[in-house]
Amino acid sequence: MSITKDNVLHVAGLARLDLSQEEVARYEVELNDVLEFMEKLNELDTQGVEPTTHVLDISNVFRQDIVEASSDVEEILANAPDREDDYFKVPSIL
Amino acid sequence: MSKIREINTKLNSKEISAVELTTIYLDNLEKTSSIIGSYISTTKKEALAKAKMVDAQIAKGEEIGLLAGVPMGIKDNISTTGIETTCGSKILAGYKPIYNATVVERLYAAGGIILGKCNMDEFAMGSSNENSAYGIVKNPWDLTRVPGGSSGGSAATVAAREVVFSLGSDTGGSIRQPAGFCGVVGMKPTYGRVSRYGLIAYASSLDQIGPMANSVEDCAIVHDIISGYDRLDSTSANMKATSTLAALTKDIKGLKIGIPKEYFQGDEKVLATIRKALAKYEELGAIVEETSLPNTEYALAAYYIIASAEASSNLARFDGVRYGARDGSKKDVTEMMSGTRDKFFGQEVKKRIMIGTYALSSGYYDAYYLKALKARTILKRDFDQAFAKYDVLITPIAPTLPFKLGENIKDSITMYLGDICTVTINLVGIPGITIPCGFADGLPVGMQILGKPFSEELLFNVAHSFEQNTNYNSFKPEVAINE
Amino acid sequence: MNKGYEAVIGLEVHVELKTKTKIFCSCTTEFGGSPNTHVCPVCLGLPGVLPVINEKVVEFGVRTGLALNAKVPNYSKFDRKNYYYPDLTKNFQTSQFDLPICEHGFLDIEVDGIVKRIGITRAHMEEDAGKLVHSGKTISSSYSSNVDYNRVGVPLLEIVSDPDLRSSEEAKEYVDSLRRILTYIDISDCKMEEGSIRADANVSVRKIGASEFGIRTETKNLNSLKALQKAIEYEIERQIEVLEDGGVIEQETRTWDDEQGITLAMRSKADAHDYRYFPEPDLPPIILSDEYIEEVRASLPELPESRKKRLIEADGLSDYDANLIIADRHLADYYDQVRKEISDGKLIVNYLMGDYYRELGEAGLSFVTSPVKPEAFIELLQLILDKTISGKIAKEIIPIMIKEVKSPKSIVEEKGLVQISDSSELEGMILEVISNNPKAVEDYRAGKGNSIGFLVGQVMKASKGKANPALVNELLKKHLC
Repeated sequence: MSITKDNVLHVAGLARLDLSQEEVARYEVELNDVLEFMEKLNELDTQGVEPTTHVLDISNVFRQDIVEASSDVEEILANAPDREDDYFKVPSIL
Repeated sequence: MSKIREINTKLNSKEISAVELTTIYLDNLEKTSSIIGSYISTTKKEALAKAKMVDAQIAKGEEIGLLAGVPMGIKDNISTTGIETTCGSKILAGYKPIYNATVVERLYAAGGIILGKCNMDEFAMGSSNENSAYGIVKNPWDLTRVPGGSSGGSAATVAAREVVFSLGSDTGGSIRQPAGFCGVVGMKPTYGRVSRYGLIAYASSLDQIGPMANSVEDCAIVHDIISGYDRLDSTSANMKATSTLAALTKDIKGLKIGIPKEYFQGDEKVLATIRKALAKYEELGAIVEETSLPNTEYALAAYYIIASAEASSNLARFDGVRYGARDGSKKDVTEMMSGTRDKFFGQEVKKRIMIGTYALSSGYYDAYYLKALKARTILKRDFDQAFAKYDVLITPIAPTLPFKLGENIKDSITMYLGDICTVTINLVGIPGITIPCGFADGLPVGMQILGKPFSEELLFNVAHSFEQNTNYNSFKPEVAINE
Repeated sequence: MNKGYEAVIGLEVHVELKTKTKIFCSCTTEFGGSPNTHVCPVCLGLPGVLPVINEKVVEFGVRTGLALNAKVPNYSKFDRKNYYYPDLTKNFQTSQFDLPICEHGFLDIEVDGIVKRIGITRAHMEEDAGKLVHSGKTISSSYSSNVDYNRVGVPLLEIVSDPDLRSSEEAKEYVDSLRRILTYIDISDCKMEEGSIRADANVSVRKIGASEFGIRTETKNLNSLKALQKAIEYEIERQIEVLEDGGVIEQETRTWDDEQGITLAMRSKADAHDYRYFPEPDLPPIILSDEYIEEVRASLPELPESRKKRLIEADGLSDYDANLIIADRHLADYYDQVRKEISDGKLIVNYLMGDYYRELGEAGLSFVTSPVKPEAFIELLQLILDKTISGKIAKEIIPIMIKEVKSPKSIVEEKGLVQISDSSELEGMILEVISNNPKAVEDYRAGKGNSIGFLVGQVMKASKGKANPALVNELLKKHLC
């Protein structure tokens, strides 16, 4: 599998990265290098092998349905790049 | 005065006050960190306030705990209320968390004095600390070399005696490798041993916080404070607290050490140093045998797929909406997000996001991500088999000595290959400790000791017995001021 | 207007679960609240936070699965659904992908007297998103938007039907039946106006007799049953028209514009369908034992369909009456409570759904908010049954029961609608008569049995003739012996 410029642009779109022309060109090369490096895995026989998503063998970690205090709205909005009243403000959604 | 017990004794006997001690540390930190680049921010105000509280406790005649008044550095991806936490990234410039990570809560409660937030590779992605948006970190032993990464600042600050201990985080070796490169002790606990709540995630299934210090005992003291169940972390292991400190008996007679041959490739000077250390273990009564972890060669690919995939999702939240930097030039929210992310993420971060997004995308999931998860199962079996025969495994921490600044940064693959000794340990979730085991060309060499899940007590004791029978941790780099 | 076409409809219904706290944090799920006050580091997705599953959400998921005749697998897990939108705080939604909490169920609906079985593909647990408030009149004319994250992390169950529905009526009936079941098992309020139940409709059309499905569109934003029906009808017509004109249907997401009464194509996103699902590494899997599943099954209330059957078969109600009663869990429970004391089901329905229902409406009340407890209703029916009052008098009493919250008996007595048969009320008069007539008392005690007649007469006099003589007689004897 080799990565084309279109692949790079598609993936950048999925990842919300507004790459410059120069970056697109660079990542085309670098991603191909890295994926080639990852091709190594194809040599490994994984027939019948279960995937491991969690290394710890734990399950059913639950919380009781009891309300605890929420945060202070001013504290939360203190880090906001922009706000309007008690809302987070964002540019228009087209 | 750079060991926890020593400080504790002097504070309790009022030979020195916590404020005096903190002031000395802060002054010296200011001098050396500007050379080394170990900090992104320092927290003089908080440090002195906390030191005063410790002094008040002492004045009241209260017996203070071991960590009370002890200066520490916290890696800048660990959340600290009101203290800027950047993850080494421009995208989090100015971000002040509104909550403390569980580990920070525990250290504060124990009286630890925070001196600052340690420099790191951006979002913990890197092995040389050259990926920080806040400047590189230099190896205190040789300022032309890298300190390792991604917890380069945490390792360097301990090596340079700027603090007594620090916290790092380890996703693929980020505590152990810089500890090795900087000649300090660094522990990556078993996955689930230490709460990740408040650690800004790189790869959730691999990340683990751990201590770094100048002695095994100090590391054990910190480990005991920060470890243990946390209801805020669903992957936290709900098991009885252990005291690794109490387990430091130095007795390792009959210990079975396996030497996985796949890890003994690289710089002959490094390997020779490790072999010498192994001979020391035999001298102390351990049985050392060569063994094999036959699927090691697949670990790096599996690691970079899994870590990048998880990172691509974990780092999605940095979009300029709720906190951190925003590209204010855009009129549309999607453009604003894409612009913000492109502008404020560094190159390595963007690259891993791209790799991870690709590996999870439609049509490639099975070939990359699922395949890597299966490889993880196979790697786990390798270790299960090895631990059926051996109590611990010992390997070098890296195939090379600390390399020159700029040497590998242009070549990702070479950089990634340097992680061969560390990444598998995160994939299988076991604990690993690095201790200094000698010097080559005047540079420290680190030895890695690995154990079964939740065998921290054994690992600390094995490390401690070596340390107590050698003197490698008595050396310190010239740049260091504190004793 | 079908021109030989039939519609194929599948619904995705999002139901807000009635838990106290959010799915992954302890913030309240309370509706309303000023902006960004029901949020914490966890639901805000601040860097470094981790989710912890609310056990109630799992329980509600299992309840729903069992109530919908679905399989509840022993192993279930959460996954991340990755997409960017400013109403998300992490730019992924924690949801379930390949191993949902339940699968392969069904639901029977009835349209025009015909029962039809609708397959339930699956139901999965997930978190809700925040709310965008736009500065302009429409999204596209806004310079900016404001985000309120109070709803982020409110637990949802997405219930996906098989494409078994063929008309908007069936779709409506399906949602209605589903709502009924979900309120019966008490996992959601199912209030469409508060958005606690909302539907997306997948609609396609095909020539009658065709075996392949047509290309479908997904219409979102259906917040009322009316909107659901109208949007489906609109889509069916639109698609038939497109095909009749020789066009092709675009597989796309559309939105319902209630004001204009049409569906509109949403801006197509190239990445809309690449959600890059992967197992949520921060949440260990959910492993449910058979015992647990059976425990939940045992705790389920009787469901509407089975109740209906019982009302018809055991209580002899008509299909129509049974439907009226089971339409609402509260009403059905009320009926059942009354039915414990009153064996005539038809009588219960007549009074519940007749005068009582009308009077409730006039008082601006419902079965749920009515102050009339089942005990009072039972009392009323008993008065009728023991002929203490006539049906006509019952009609007079009902509005007073509602307005003055009085028991039917006390109303009957107050209004002098019946003789006094309450011994406690008579007690005082009897004691007074006894103390005022020592001679008669002495005579009676001396064996002159007929002197009791005099005493009864005195009590009757005192009660202005309303006392029940037999009871007075009995009470006097008790006091005098």
